[in-house]
Amino acid sequence: MPAIMKREISSYFTSPLGYVFLAVFYGFSGLFLWINCLATGSAEVSGVFTLMFFIMMILIPVLTMRTMADDKRQKTDQLTLTSPVSLFGLVMGKFLAAFFVFFCAVLILLIYAVFMSAAVANSGSEFAWATFWGNFVGIILMGGVFISVGIFISNLTENQMIAAIGSIGANIVLCLFDIISNYIPNETVRGVINSLSVFYKYSEFTYGIFSLKNVLFFVSLIVIFNFLTMRFIERRRWS
Amino acid sequence: MIEVKNLSKSYGSKLAVDNISFTANESEILGFLGPNGAGKSTTMNMLTGYLSSSGGEALINGIDVLEDPVGAKKNIGYLPEQPPLYLDMTVSEYLNFVYELKKCRLPRRSHLNEICSLVKITDVQKRVIRNLSKGYRQRVGVAQALVGNPSTLILDEPTVGLDPKQIIEIRTLIKKLGKNHTVILSSHILSEVQAVCDRIIVIDKGKLVANDTTENLSHNLSADHKLTVQIEGANKEVQALLKQIPDMVEVHMNREVEKNVFEYELNAKEGADVRREVFKRMAARNYPILLMRSSELTLEEIFLKLTTGDFYGNVENIGTGGAK
Repeated sequence: MPAIMKREISSYFTSPLGYVFLAVFYGFSGLFLWINCLATGSAEVSGVFTLMFFIMMILIPVLTMRTMADDKRQKTDQLTLTSPVSLFGLVMGKFLAAFFVFFCAVLILLIYAVFMSAAVANSGSEFAWATFWGNFVGIILMGGVFISVGIFISNLTENQMIAAIGSIGANIVLCLFDIISNYIPNETVRGVINSLSVFYKYSEFTYGIFSLKNVLFFVSLIVIFNFLTMRFIERRRWS
Repeated sequence: MIEVKNLSKSYGSKLAVDNISFTANESEILGFLGPNGAGKSTTMNMLTGYLSSSGGEALINGIDVLEDPVGAKKNIGYLPEQPPLYLDMTVSEYLNFVYELKKCRLPRRSHLNEICSLVKITDVQKRVIRNLSKGYRQRVGVAQALVGNPSTLILDEPTVGLDPKQIIEIRTLIKKLGKNHTVILSSHILSEVQAVCDRIIVIDKGKLVANDTTENLSHNLSADHKLTVQIEGANKEVQALLKQIPDMVEVHMNREVEKNVFEYELNAKEGADVRREVFKRMAARNYPILLMRSSELTLEEIFLKLTTGDFYGNVENIGTGGAK
């Protein structure tokens, strides 16, 4: 697993992919910070996180599109799958590598917060760290879910573009299907849909509500999709 | 050591590998021969654990590939048909990655340097694999299989894309490796298999059609010991003389090659060697023998006979309805 993770991380940064990902992430987060806080003089950061959710929905599939698809296309999976490495190690190596790059991107938000709190302290009031931490944990978990979905979709195809577009589609379905709940008259069904919607859960984080229930929900999603990736690799061998 | 017992693989209703059994011993180079699509690569992929089998078992040094994949894979170096190279890495980065991937414990630098000099890629170690020629890429693929010094090497068409000089180098290397490794080598280049392998397995349409040493294969298949001779002298007299030879079953005049020189097809009893007798009798009558060659089949002919079904029919394993 460490070997695969190391190789994946270095491959993100030998190709432009890693840099482009970081640049776009930093660029948009900076822009949103300016719109939401700096331009209006507000110290309320939740808006930044809500907007970043939509950027990540499109950006993370770009990060994960080649993880499995490229291995299949270049037949390098014949190396990894015939090496003494378990499937778990293989999938976790890929997941953690993508997560590492994503984490590097997210850290910028922490830096923003430090500057914000300094600015807020200057003006005599207090920066809402609790809200920030809720948001921060939320975005990290959300990124993990997007990454595991992206790797899962990437494993289904040999084509990176299809992997990227498929992952974006999957993210949209996964996160925004609570939109349809508005059109469902039945209260119970609407409740079920809302409770399964990822965006609904994420927005609870952006309100600064840190609930263990929601953390568990996201972690379960990550585990489920990584598990599915392993099962699908295994299934391919048996087909 | 590799043991394969009743190994099968089906894709849907199509049987790609049908009940194959064989053993490859230590210090043996086993050749896998078969036309394209015969199931060579599928078999190799099952041996290395890349594909699962639909039935039967494959043991590497006594470890079942399906039951203990990680344990079995530690003993295998595998070069697939297309070398599994990460094009964005340099050769040395790549070999270091493989070293870590295989959880190698040998001294890293000296081990990798040794491999590089063995396959002659020392001078391209710092280059990105994307920029290497096919021959170099193939050799990096071979190097990758050697990392960790596994006891079993499975090489799927290792000389594809190399120039003749490199082919000879790689063959020499494989022969050298065969002295203390179990090597399985697939190829559809017959001369290569003949030159390198101790034993040959012929696969056709997923079935094992032959499993024997190179010599035995060509010997057994031409058991009727046919000779082709060209003799100068009156046709009828020579024919009569030839027919008198004990063990001679049939004498057939093919054609007149030159004026008064005839070509005969001699068919002796199985196991009988009539070459000396032919010489003595012709010499006694002063009929010069201008050419004598045994019609023992070349590997090419054996291969065609085995894989097109145009063969004695005493080999039960032959696929049915092969094109003639």
